[in-house]
Amino acid sequence: MQAQRLLMMAVAATLAGAAPAVAQTIYPIDRAEILEGSHFDFKVEFPDAPASADVNVTVNGKPAAEIFGRQTTFMQNEEGQKHSAMWLRGASLPAGRYVVEATQGSNKSTVAWEVFSTPARRAKNVILFVGDGFSIAHRTAARIMSKGLKEGRYGGELAIDDMPNMALISTSGSDSVVTDSANAAHAYTTGHKSCVNALGVYCAKNALTLDHPKVETISEVIRRRNKMAIGVVTNAEIEDATPASMVAHTRRRSDYNDIVKMFLDVKPDVIMGGGSPNFLPKATNGSKRTDDLDAIAKFKEAGYSVATSKTEMNAAVSGGAKKLLGLYNTGNIDGAFDLRLAKKGTISKFPDQPDVVEQTKAALEMLKGNEDGFFLMVESARIDKYSHSLDWERAVFDTIMLDNAVKAAKDFAGERNDTLIIVVADHAHPVSLIGSYNDDRPGQLLRDKLGVYQDSVVPNYGPRDADGYPTDVNTSHRLAVVFGTYPDTCDTGRPYMDGERVPAVAGAEKNTYVANEKDCTAPMAVRKQGNLPFESNSGVHAADDVVLTAMGPGAEKFRGHKPNTYVFRVMAEALALGGK
Amino acid sequence: MRLRISPMSFTRRGLLQGLAALGISPPAFAAEPEPIAFDSLYKSFGVLGFQFSDRVTSLRGQEVRINGYMAPPLKPESRFFVLTREPLAICPFCQSDADWPVDIVVIFMKEETPLVSAGRKVAVTGRLEIGSATDAETGFVSQIRLVDASFRVA
Repeated sequence: MQAQRLLMMAVAATLAGAAPAVAQTIYPIDRAEILEGSHFDFKVEFPDAPASADVNVTVNGKPAAEIFGRQTTFMQNEEGQKHSAMWLRGASLPAGRYVVEATQGSNKSTVAWEVFSTPARRAKNVILFVGDGFSIAHRTAARIMSKGLKEGRYGGELAIDDMPNMALISTSGSDSVVTDSANAAHAYTTGHKSCVNALGVYCAKNALTLDHPKVETISEVIRRRNKMAIGVVTNAEIEDATPASMVAHTRRRSDYNDIVKMFLDVKPDVIMGGGSPNFLPKATNGSKRTDDLDAIAKFKEAGYSVATSKTEMNAAVSGGAKKLLGLYNTGNIDGAFDLRLAKKGTISKFPDQPDVVEQTKAALEMLKGNEDGFFLMVESARIDKYSHSLDWERAVFDTIMLDNAVKAAKDFAGERNDTLIIVVADHAHPVSLIGSYNDDRPGQLLRDKLGVYQDSVVPNYGPRDADGYPTDVNTSHRLAVVFGTYPDTCDTGRPYMDGERVPAVAGAEKNTYVANEKDCTAPMAVRKQGNLPFESNSGVHAADDVVLTAMGPGAEKFRGHKPNTYVFRVMAEALALGGK
Repeated sequence: MRLRISPMSFTRRGLLQGLAALGISPPAFAAEPEPIAFDSLYKSFGVLGFQFSDRVTSLRGQEVRINGYMAPPLKPESRFFVLTREPLAICPFCQSDADWPVDIVVIFMKEETPLVSAGRKVAVTGRLEIGSATDAETGFVSQIRLVDASFRVA
């Protein structure tokens, strides 16, 4: 018995010594679904820096070069690192199932890919709405706020709800359970699952953010294959993750200056959002560039109108512009809560910003005349940003704004039956509607004022305006919406009329955050000890599934539960983007 | 000359207060720092760039004082930090200078000084530089700077 145990230990030790510490890694990764003919970088990384003669890579049992029809390159000690790499940039494959095997000594890694073809084109246009961080509670609260609730029934349906098809979408990335907006949007625009902070690339060992193995974005596929017009609309900075996923290839989403160049490479016809400083050459006051690129001038040279306000946007549209670069803020465009009610944020600096609804209508007006149709992505970005800052009223106002933008798209699509409209979130936030605060309840503490179950009275928000937004939310009966994650913070149980909530500020120790004392002095404020790691200064995303609703040709594909990459596949199929 | 409390250091402030207490007129300092404020840095501030106010332009090269909030330093060993109008708390993905607000003032310290909490307001004194410049060490691009600067908690 003892001898047997010793023998097993000896065998285990021998195996451990012989095998590399990490297996070889193949990109695209296992179970990748790849659009037929789309371009991707094929890369295999071998640990311990073997020589070319010591490794072998086959695709469906044949040498990789034979299947791809091009030679691969091999780099021993790639970038001086302790691995070797086999590369084939810009590969593409006909439809079929592919098994890739990478052998290194006695060690073998295997991945399987499905390269899918697409049937005949069914949609002329596709409009993809992304509510960033848009979760179930945002939807429910938006429905109560904008439609009213009486005896358990709503006063109407949201445009995002009133669609024939629905699916649950799961959002995890290749690296983690909970993902971020870069990787999540990348899944929609490329059909591949990647890792946190990545856009249009797999996350390999490369040192530089732009060198990682790339996959093609839907904009690039469209540019390569047909004459569709492309639009990207957001109220975030245009370089931010979701809009950037239409054009970008970088391991690091914060490469804003590079992302502006990538917008110039792809040149979507309509580009609207905030984030102007990365378009200005560094010599201009207010620039965030580190070079002399004048991206505004470059877009003008390429025939774009440039708008810096709602007035200029509308003038460009009525002047017949078909290509527009609209930059309406140096940072994010203010959300609906500040545009309409509080007038805080940057309203005083930028008093003439369009909201997402106005941008969507303008984009549709410019794109709809294109004979080969259009692909438009619209993001309501600050649902997520305001959920990070635990400012749920602002998040819900931007959900109502998303709904109004979808209504505009549905009005456009009408009875045409040639436009696929998809409304989806990229990931969730841990947010829930749990009752209502009622100032008339007895007691002196905020928790005394919280009505749950039978005491969760319908809110008495001010009358709704023509666009479905309540004209007052700082009332005596208010919805109670809670977030599942928070840093040390103080809850006030009221909307933040003086500007977006700042839940925590930096602490004395580096990379720690403490409650924002400004909120802690509010009447009835409740001090909460954070439940997040100490370096977190705001709420985090959740891995909860998100809801997708859809209408138009191809929408019937959405049912049950699907991975986020499936959204790309449905759009690619509806537009027949597969093939050489 | 009107007595003005210098924000440059506790030592100098103590000296001035000491002199005042003794009834001795302080000597006239040639470069008493001129106060400037975030609210009046610019005369126009648009999407396609901004222009510094006439007062700021006229103070170029002179000693100035400004109040703001110290942002978390990019590198612990760096001698510069970013001064912001508001405490920089919401910045979930701060990974590079791309994430900074546009209206920042970059502070290059006279000497290495332990930095204070980013939630704290500070008063900074230094020589005003305006115009685009790229820090050779970090590549950080700035449009307005205080150099040879020192600060105290405001």
